[in-house]
Amino acid sequence: MTRQIALVDCNNFYVSCERLFRPDLKNTPIVVLSNNDGCVVSRSNEAKTIGINMGQPWFECKRLAEEHGVLALSSNYALYADLSNRVMSILAEYSPRTEIYSIDECFVDLTGMPKLHDTSYQIRERVLQWTGLPVCVGIGPTKTLAKLANHVAKKHPRSRGVFNYNNLTDAQQTKLLNQITVDEVWGVGRRLTKRLSAHGITSVQDLRTAHTPTLRAEFGVVMEKTQRELQGTACIELEDHVPDKQQIISSRSFGKPVTSLPVLQDALSVFAATACEKLRAQNSHAALAQVFLMTNRFKPDLPQYNPSMAVPLPMPTNDSLVINRWVQHVAELLWRDGYQYKKAGIMLGDILPVQVLQTDLLEPVEPSATKLMQAIDGLNSRYGRGTIKVSTGGLRDEWAMRQERKSPNYTTQWDAVPAV
Amino acid sequence: MPILSISAPNPIPILPNPLVLDVCGWPVVAGFPSPAADHSQKRIDLNDQLVRNKAATFLFKVKGDSMIGAGIYANDMLVVDRSIEPKHNNIVLAVLNNEFTVKRFYRRGGVVKLIAENLIYPPIVIKEGDDFSVWGVVTYNLHKLL
Repeated sequence: MTRQIALVDCNNFYVSCERLFRPDLKNTPIVVLSNNDGCVVSRSNEAKTIGINMGQPWFECKRLAEEHGVLALSSNYALYADLSNRVMSILAEYSPRTEIYSIDECFVDLTGMPKLHDTSYQIRERVLQWTGLPVCVGIGPTKTLAKLANHVAKKHPRSRGVFNYNNLTDAQQTKLLNQITVDEVWGVGRRLTKRLSAHGITSVQDLRTAHTPTLRAEFGVVMEKTQRELQGTACIELEDHVPDKQQIISSRSFGKPVTSLPVLQDALSVFAATACEKLRAQNSHAALAQVFLMTNRFKPDLPQYNPSMAVPLPMPTNDSLVINRWVQHVAELLWRDGYQYKKAGIMLGDILPVQVLQTDLLEPVEPSATKLMQAIDGLNSRYGRGTIKVSTGGLRDEWAMRQERKSPNYTTQWDAVPAV
Repeated sequence: MPILSISAPNPIPILPNPLVLDVCGWPVVAGFPSPAADHSQKRIDLNDQLVRNKAATFLFKVKGDSMIGAGIYANDMLVVDRSIEPKHNNIVLAVLNNEFTVKRFYRRGGVVKLIAENLIYPPIVIKEGDDFSVWGVVTYNLHKLL
């Protein structure tokens, strides 16, 4: 049976979240800026048309934006995280097999779903009606093709937001993949695109039909996997988290089921330390932390509970101590007694290079923390991971990020509820 | 006196599901058992009662006096469910020409109106060129008395 892997992706997610509570901004061009108003991280369609690029530093496009009356907003991660959690909980009802890939993307395995066509449109309509957020649904036999199908659903209005690659004939597949440039393929970034084009590979179809042994020799096994995924052979399983530069995941299945919160928290503190170490290794910091717990889906007679929650970090950080504190707090919120947890993990998202941080005049920066982290990493690499580790201290600090253009925390703070 | 066998005649099954016990919310004293102990239940959770659909429910604060006839006053907190299809006579949070408004939803014989519950505000008849949608249906009003 052909696998039907769907990728559900929210359109202009941050901008859509902002517009939900500001109907007056329906036709206003909007951009959302990263932490401390550094770069453009989300654009409305109008802002895209004006020529504002994704990731562009705000100071660079500020004049253009002001000329066209673009409204620039600071990131409101509390709002985005809450709406993301709502979308993910709706999607989880459609399949026992889902993978939250980022704050606004989720893979949903719809294999064997009766009336797949109707269901895929229903997913789109339900998310839109329940949360007010538009999404596109791309379906394919592999995750890579599902991502590509989602790209097609987004670009072609005729698809009405849903595109199933599996419904194409061989000839239609070839025609479509010839039209899409190779940089749209999952995992093919700017550098790889350049190198591939030196080998005459510019379209997705070129990559799909490239000589496999050469591809492998030149680009390695990951690229070969991508090629096989494009050919319809699944190589990346749904649970396989392929960390790219935008997120770092640390998770593990437990040796035996975990039934007590302190044990879980201990595990999570290890995952947090590992993820933060990776984050520091690539000299980045994260603005979002997500915790997920899973019971054993292979034991359907046991009660099942697979919660996840994303929280915005008050300041982007790579400090294990800070991130661990949030992870422990979320773990307590998610924890329910009476379940046997098989797996847990954390995901760090909204990752940016440390250089991008524009430090706040009023927010005290802690250079000592960086030195401490360097010392920990040094000792751990010398004497083995875990030589020095963060203990689950249970400290909980609540700060508020200072951002000039941030909308209120409409859904997460009692006194910030929108007035109508 | 016969010697009691300590081995059970049959293996004792391990239950597939954890045995969930009701919580007894008071100290258990030696002596007479509490007559209520067998009847303990989970305390009422307002979240469960007021929120039918967690993913689709949002809170809004009331501004103005157009709905006082329905017992909705300024600064009240409205529970709004987006997943409910608006029906005639529901109180809805609507978006009319890109602005939020809370009104009673009238839909009869092809006529759609937003009706205030305060005589000083006339009903608003939705016209052809209006940009109109229902954002969600109001399910509860939380009115503070102190």
